[in-house]
Amino acid sequence: MSSRIAGKFREIRRKNSKAFIPYIMAGDPNIKRTCELIRILEDCGADIIELGVPFSDPLADGPTIQKAAQRALDEGVTLKKVIALVAELRLNTQIPIILMTYYNPIFKYGEERFALDASASGVDGIIVPDLPPDEADNLIKYSRKSRLDTIFLLAPTSTDIRIHKVARASTGFIYYVPITGITGAKLSPDSSVESHIAKIRSVTDKPIAVGFGISTPEEAAGISRFADGVIVGSAIVKRVVEPDEELKNYLLSLRNAIQ
Amino acid sequence: MYFWVKIDKKRGLTIKRLPDKKGYFGNYGGRFAPETLIPALDELEKVYHASKKDRGFQKELLLLQRTYIGRPTPLYFAHRLTGLLAGAKIYLKREDLAHTGAHKINNAVGQALLAKKMGKTRLIAETGAGQHGVATATGAALMGLECEIYMGTDDIARQSLNVFRMKLLGAKVNEVSIGSRTLKDAINEAMRDWTTNVRTTHYVLGTAFGPNPFPAMVRDFQSVIGKEAKKQILFAEGRLPDYLVACVGGGSNSIGLFHEFLPEDVKMIGVEAGGRGVDTGDHAARFAGGSVGVLQGTKSYLLQDEDGNVLGTHSVSAGLDYAAVGPEHAYLKDTGRVQYTYAHDEEALNAFELLSRTEGIIPALESSHALAEVIKFAPRLSQDKIIIVNLSGRGDKDVQHVARIKGVLLS
Repeated sequence: MSSRIAGKFREIRRKNSKAFIPYIMAGDPNIKRTCELIRILEDCGADIIELGVPFSDPLADGPTIQKAAQRALDEGVTLKKVIALVAELRLNTQIPIILMTYYNPIFKYGEERFALDASASGVDGIIVPDLPPDEADNLIKYSRKSRLDTIFLLAPTSTDIRIHKVARASTGFIYYVPITGITGAKLSPDSSVESHIAKIRSVTDKPIAVGFGISTPEEAAGISRFADGVIVGSAIVKRVVEPDEELKNYLLSLRNAIQ
Repeated sequence: MYFWVKIDKKRGLTIKRLPDKKGYFGNYGGRFAPETLIPALDELEKVYHASKKDRGFQKELLLLQRTYIGRPTPLYFAHRLTGLLAGAKIYLKREDLAHTGAHKINNAVGQALLAKKMGKTRLIAETGAGQHGVATATGAALMGLECEIYMGTDDIARQSLNVFRMKLLGAKVNEVSIGSRTLKDAINEAMRDWTTNVRTTHYVLGTAFGPNPFPAMVRDFQSVIGKEAKKQILFAEGRLPDYLVACVGGGSNSIGLFHEFLPEDVKMIGVEAGGRGVDTGDHAARFAGGSVGVLQGTKSYLLQDEDGNVLGTHSVSAGLDYAAVGPEHAYLKDTGRVQYTYAHDEEALNAFELLSRTEGIIPALESSHALAEVIKFAPRLSQDKIIIVNLSGRGDKDVQHVARIKGVLLS
């Protein structure tokens, strides 16, 4: 059976469009607002939602998402609560939802139980930035069993061997990070994104979404020329407390740019 | 790389080489790092393994150890302390006499040399007590490399002397004011910097922790401590010691002393920071109060809550104030090869003063934890027993902090 994420990418390809994948931190500034935000994101044309799980030591994240994680932790948000939140969201929406979490909360939860519970609540995939495929045998095994997509990352530093390995281990899509750096960093305009993506495409036909460093509609438009999807995180997280109209305008400008 | 000898009842003697190819010591270790860093870790692993067989590299390292670091450091018989405690003979391995005042320089110079070999132009490091920051800044000055150090706000306050030393050595010191504002957050920031600047920068991780190959590499650079101590005690006493004692933060000075003795019939004790008491939650005793988890690249014992978030820690010594412990120690703990205990802040402070008065040696507060354990158990041993304590660093950096605790105003 094909996953909801794979199905979404096929649908987008048929329409000759590209996926808009916004990221927000679950529980920032509180769970109620997260539920509202998901509706807003969907209304503004999001195709897939990446939901951050707060962690005490987010070493792949820049200051914006670090602070968001801290606010969510202060609200008492945990991996368990995020899974329950997704179950609640599923009453109203069928949009694909991916959890982005660091490895230790999953490890502590228990990988097998996590895959079962996450899948049962309606989570479609997971991204774990500090877990390369080399260390993910168990999580991949249990995720396959529970039909949870495992999305791994590639970077500009990735060698051919790494590209093969990550492409093989990824389901749903491959997450390409266009910069060496952390979330919310500045995207440096160079031509390497295009050539790196071409290189990945030469070994796989899995969809490739690009995230880290994309904040303006211009950047999103530029990236969407090569990628199957564009992920925007920190720039949205910065705006979640703005009045809804301003947030919506920003989201729509991104949506229209990603074609 | 050492050979760990284990008796297997069915098949007789089996021999294990640790870590394994994926950087595991039993169940602990590994490489839990962002994809961006994996190629750099692969390269580091390759260069580090090659350096062990590279006679030119080893010769250069040996020359620096002798002429720059001041090795071998002495093994000193602490006769007044031994007399006072009226038990086992106590020897101090004087890492406090190494250049820059602690064992940290052994690893920093080794890694700086490797970085130069890899063509990196910039070194970064985290630091808690400041000793590793000073050691890395020193290594960078020695090799003509740029240097930036990450240090938590709380640690900057309690180790201000070392902050100024780093600056004198030409390093930039970046204050880390997020999270617990101590060593753990300094490591997070250093990892973020490394992820961003990986092409030009080498991350000199200061302890036997982090993603493979760091735990084994740092151990190997520090194992010179145990190799020297073995020769020195054989020369002084004609036999191996009965006990080795060292403090355990991340665990580099302790593994540096223990490593050479692992196959021998020598008991070993690692001393963690008991802080204000393990029951209070204000401590850094990972083996007494932690559970298995994954933090900053490696699987090991960790102080964490039931949801896998890392807990805050406390210790009077910045160098032991850390939520996780090196993966090889986790393995040695599970196998029972090394016994782990802890000393409270107050016990460490008492040991700090006692050694100063009885031997004229002011120890680092970190090392004072190891001394505190010796003060507890040496009197129970007979006088023909021998203990070697790793005096991992000198206490000059702690003098202001201790004065503050004692309510003494320094102008």
